[in-house]
Amino acid sequence: MENLQHNETITQPKKVIEVNQLVKRFGHFTAVDHLSFEVEKGEIFGFLGANGAGKTTAMRMLCGLSKPTEGKGKVAGFDIEHQSEQVKKNIGYMSQKFSLYNDLKVWENIRLFAGIYGMNDNDIKEKTALLLEQLHFEKERNVLVKSLPLGMKQKLAFSVAIFHTPEVVFLDEPTGGVDPTTRRQFWELIYEAAEKGITVFVTTHYMDEAEYCNRVSIMVDGRIEALDSPHNLKTAFEAQNMDEVFQQLARKATRKAD
Amino acid sequence: MIKYLIEKEFKQISRNPFLPRLIMFYPLVVLLIFPWAATYEIRNINLCVVDNDHTTYSQQLTEKTVSSGYFKLTAFEPTYQQAMQQIASKRANVILEIPPHFERDLINRQSANVLIASNAVNGTVGGLSSEYMADIVTDFSSQIRHEWVQAGKEPPAVPTIDVVSQNRFNPFLNYKLFMIPAMMALVLTIMTGFLPALNIVSEKEAGTMEQINVTPVPKFTFIFSKLLSYWLIGFFVISVSFLIAWIVYGFVPVGHLSTMYAYAGIYILTVSGMGLVISNYSDTMQQALFVIFFFMIVLILLSGLFTPVNSMPEWAQWIAAFNPLKYFIQVMRSIYMKGSGFVDLIPQFFALVGFAVFFNLWAVISYRKSN
Repeated sequence: MENLQHNETITQPKKVIEVNQLVKRFGHFTAVDHLSFEVEKGEIFGFLGANGAGKTTAMRMLCGLSKPTEGKGKVAGFDIEHQSEQVKKNIGYMSQKFSLYNDLKVWENIRLFAGIYGMNDNDIKEKTALLLEQLHFEKERNVLVKSLPLGMKQKLAFSVAIFHTPEVVFLDEPTGGVDPTTRRQFWELIYEAAEKGITVFVTTHYMDEAEYCNRVSIMVDGRIEALDSPHNLKTAFEAQNMDEVFQQLARKATRKAD
Repeated sequence: MIKYLIEKEFKQISRNPFLPRLIMFYPLVVLLIFPWAATYEIRNINLCVVDNDHTTYSQQLTEKTVSSGYFKLTAFEPTYQQAMQQIASKRANVILEIPPHFERDLINRQSANVLIASNAVNGTVGGLSSEYMADIVTDFSSQIRHEWVQAGKEPPAVPTIDVVSQNRFNPFLNYKLFMIPAMMALVLTIMTGFLPALNIVSEKEAGTMEQINVTPVPKFTFIFSKLLSYWLIGFFVISVSFLIAWIVYGFVPVGHLSTMYAYAGIYILTVSGMGLVISNYSDTMQQALFVIFFFMIVLILLSGLFTPVNSMPEWAQWIAAFNPLKYFIQVMRSIYMKGSGFVDLIPQFFALVGFAVFFNLWAVISYRKSN
């Protein structure tokens, strides 16, 4: 089964995210300026840019949280403007700010979000047990989420975001403030998810993480200035690493960081 | 889907260090303490007597005043000026000055004057205490006349008319019976109007609102799951209030409980709509709390809870006409005390339904705009 799906992706790559000339304006300020790109199924897509470059705004439009001013976008085959409820059924989202319920226990958070996505009680129970085992969280099952350390919280938030096996998962700076070991473990989880066919759309400020992505786009002042695999980008900009690529592009920015 | 959301709300409420206690203790405190404190009866007024006559009649008048139970004799002063000092130093509230020759005038001329001076810094206390005093003096004079008639000294100079008043619906003028139904309305306002509003704003602040917004949960369902939880709490709290009123005060509504629950249901819709509007315009708890604080004071003071709306100036009555709490307090008092049925309360019904529609429509429109 997995093989078959794999073959399919090779023969006719499925576009999970298609964005065409997407614009978002707040009054006279253009936060996102004619964005166009495509992301394929199972890809890990890095979405880079300085603070205030418009990453979060773009991501919020893709998630159906805000409506585009102009342009078209499709996520998981649904129009982001007119079918946002369908989009929401097929995506997972992990925001910059930790946003599971702090006053609910680990299993209760899993149960709540799984229930929201329409899973039934039995499936939730089975899958929760499996997940807690994989994360080695069995002991924390009955712990209130607020008393978990940050690394554990982020891993849990990610697992909850992909618990219902969405087509795409959007990660907004998922590893901010997390220690290097946990960051590594976190990326292992991302790879596992991608292997299962979940497309990963991730923003980050860590350039070493950018290297882990299949393809990377770099946003400057609301526009995508570069989009390619990390290897090709480094060759094109004659850079040693992604950090240099980023520095060269970010220097062009005229917009002030927030 | 909604099952999981309601389950979540109750788990969160039960784990909140403050909310379960508030839900339990607030109605208890409001119903056990406030009705005693928010009393209209004025007792223990400090009285200073200036007796310039020193006769049997002047002493009898003083005794009668003190034995009425409204006044507490705190001082005898030789002069009016000294008595005023008692008032200035807050040791006395009312001065009763009996002039010289009080007894002589009373016997010879069948009339005598006394001076009642009351401290009217608090207008209600001042007004009521001079009224009480005047009543006592009138009573005293008719008592003397009665004695004289019996002794055959004098024929009654003026034919007297006795006024017998009958207090309907609250025969003993028990102010607690008046306050308690209104207090219930107040409790319901806080539990089902302002608590859910604060809850919604707290989710906005925590960022969990946004997390829910990217799930397929329709916004309406999410908000509804919260409201429903607080509606259940509201009905629980009002039932507890009915029980307290019955067990502690022996008050049982004259009207039907079902009418009361029906109106409570409409009122709950109204105040939760109001709460939603507040939550839509507030991004932080602090902001929401200030708005709630402001509205709470306006709602209470213009509701007829303490002071009758009819005695307010006309412009204030117009403002009060837009106060849903006023209508619900009227409903609660009418059912509790008069036994009014649904038909008697049709105007309040339309007013409350109107507010419910208005606030909920406003809530829906402002919610869309905020996105």
